[in-house]
Amino acid sequence: MSEHEIILSPANKLLLSPFKGTKEELIPILQRVQEQYGYLPQNVMLDIAKYVSIPESKVYATATFYSQFRFKPVGEKHICVCQGTACHVRGAEKIQDVIEHRLGITAGETTADGKYSLETVACIGCCGLAPCITINKDLFYGNLTPGKAVRIFAEPLKEERENAVKKVAG
Amino acid sequence: MPLKKLLVSHGTCCLAAGAKQVHTALQKELARWGLHDQVKLKQTGCHGFSRLDPVVVLEPDGILFAGVNEEDAPGIVQSLMPGGERPHYLFYTDLRTLEKIPLRDDIPFFNKQKRLVLNNCGIVNPEDIDDYLNTGGYKALFRTVSGMTPSDVIGEIKKSGLRGLGGGGFLTGNKLEHCAREPGSAKYIICNADEGDPGSFQDRSILEGDPHAVLEGMLIAGYAVGAVKGYIYVRAEYPHAIKKIEKALCQAKKRGFFGGNILGSDFSFELEIFVGAGAFVCGEETALLQSLHGEPGMPYPRPPYPIVSGFQGKPTLINNVKTLANLRWIINVGAANFAKTGTESSRGTAIFSLSGNVNNCGLVEVPMGVSLREIIFGIGGGIPGGKAFKAVQTGGPSGGFLPAEFLDTAVDFDTLRDAGSIMGSGGMVVMDEHTCMVDTARFFMAFSLKELCGQCVPCRLGTRQMLKILNRIGRGEGKHSDLDLLEELGKAVARGSLCGLGKTAPNPVLTTLRYFRDEYEAHISEKRCPARVCKDLITYRIDAQKCRACARCLKACPVGAIIGADKQAHAIDQNLCIRCGICLDACSERFEAVKCIS
Repeated sequence: MSEHEIILSPANKLLLSPFKGTKEELIPILQRVQEQYGYLPQNVMLDIAKYVSIPESKVYATATFYSQFRFKPVGEKHICVCQGTACHVRGAEKIQDVIEHRLGITAGETTADGKYSLETVACIGCCGLAPCITINKDLFYGNLTPGKAVRIFAEPLKEERENAVKKVAG
Repeated sequence: MPLKKLLVSHGTCCLAAGAKQVHTALQKELARWGLHDQVKLKQTGCHGFSRLDPVVVLEPDGILFAGVNEEDAPGIVQSLMPGGERPHYLFYTDLRTLEKIPLRDDIPFFNKQKRLVLNNCGIVNPEDIDDYLNTGGYKALFRTVSGMTPSDVIGEIKKSGLRGLGGGGFLTGNKLEHCAREPGSAKYIICNADEGDPGSFQDRSILEGDPHAVLEGMLIAGYAVGAVKGYIYVRAEYPHAIKKIEKALCQAKKRGFFGGNILGSDFSFELEIFVGAGAFVCGEETALLQSLHGEPGMPYPRPPYPIVSGFQGKPTLINNVKTLANLRWIINVGAANFAKTGTESSRGTAIFSLSGNVNNCGLVEVPMGVSLREIIFGIGGGIPGGKAFKAVQTGGPSGGFLPAEFLDTAVDFDTLRDAGSIMGSGGMVVMDEHTCMVDTARFFMAFSLKELCGQCVPCRLGTRQMLKILNRIGRGEGKHSDLDLLEELGKAVARGSLCGLGKTAPNPVLTTLRYFRDEYEAHISEKRCPARVCKDLITYRIDAQKCRACARCLKACPVGAIIGADKQAHAIDQNLCIRCGICLDACSERFEAVKCIS
């Protein structure tokens, strides 16, 4: 879907219609748009500026300030590695390292095939189950070890793994 | 009326551990045995003992089933039938004595606490206002609006000695009084639920487990200062809490607790929920106001304080979730009774999120003045795996680290501050001997750098330079002069920054320098990380004498860094190794051939 289709669709007008268009609503509007599209498409941002009657730069100033907002689509599987204190103390960095190696991307990136996005988040508040990760917000893995993290992401690199074992055995 | 109740905890942690599946399984099982009329299944907030999640409690017996999963549902349900045997395997096991404890109130984690604010969490159904009303909910509101003047309410809260539990520690009564005195009819109340401190989850648990207590607190505060509207500013990272509070608000509105002429009085009050967008700095009150106005969350200098000119330039009272949840208690039991708990200068209870290297992670509510030792070793059950205690970190990125010498320090606002740390918003992270203090200080500095707003120079550049130095030390490239430089920079950032975030950001570095200087020195002089954490200073090696060539580590290594074959001792290719330690975990239970050295 191109961005033009997104902006020109009547659905977009409908999306903004519950809002009165006051400046105080800017963050709720951005949240609603991101909920709809998974990110903030440029043309919608420009429309928001008109709707709220503020300069486009102001819309971007607010949107870029907050870490919740994204300007690119995320992968099919959006992985969030918790980097809260409890997770850090219990080895979250190693978990992140292992996942980065498995997927071949670093935090903040999406795999070339668009399947996986990796992000680090500040505390998600499950410190009792540290270290933990979430996938697409609904899948949760707690009490992780680097070994368990490897097993969660065993699929994408299974083939590569088999080759490596063969190489060693051979 | 059903005779028995099964309470299934539904907090974020519990759901993560599979509470929903347990709930469904119990529901099915009760239906299968035709017991759904005699046993009421009820969802509650979190009990706060994270290790046991998900928890099922049988009432009125008070029996707690820990770590329940779907397959345990038949066992639990069958035990409810005449002659049914209790599933002993689900009882809590004390880690020290290995004794099985069936009753919730006998478990040391619970019975050593004094739960006032958390009293309803794990007991009432947060999605059912009647459940809250049955435990005396909204009684304090009724008493307030029908029999007390606003100044009576303020007087009562002043007398209670309650201090702001979001970290500031200001006397809540004084704040209320100040706000009430401000002229103008449009005043606002904001509940600060932007609990961004990594390692804190008590505000989340209260919102999830007892949302009406927060709503009632806001109403009482609103009545006291003469506010017309309130906002709950809650962080987006807490989707379950947002759902619970939205539902609670909707129910409370239907019952007439919000809107015009509340409970037949002259008092009118509206409430809205505002979801934050992921900025730690918005926990700072001026940044929070900016965010509510649709601006980037950049703090501004005070005065004017929000209490004089806040939301839309009107007098605004901003309080933390826990502070507001305390108000109904004060009205219900009376200020004099409330003030009996705690110390001379800090009344009431303190709520901590106990986590890190401690056996019993979870929510802990204790009277102010209890020692750190009692919290960590009494309630928390000590350090796992028989390791030694090294430090406790309180107050998140704004707080400090305290070593073992301070374990007998009383926990209250002033004593903790004198020791170099703070109460903060209530995070308490325990660290064992395998935690590197340089690494942890670096972690907090990186966090502050990532979260700062960027407008004032001391904070923006100072923290960056401090992190650079810490990174250097962590890589083993530090210089001796770095430590003095860190201290000098830290003091400058603390003095020169505009808001609380910057002023307190150097605390983790300054306190680790004060109490764990030897560890910094080991990194610098000996290029060694004593806790074996800093990746550039450790290596994993396989002892060829001990290696049995079992290929466990070889198969487990995620990067294929282990060389070896059948009957040939393995070795690690240091160029490929990412130092994740999986090989050590794979080997340690059997041959102990893999070693981590620094």
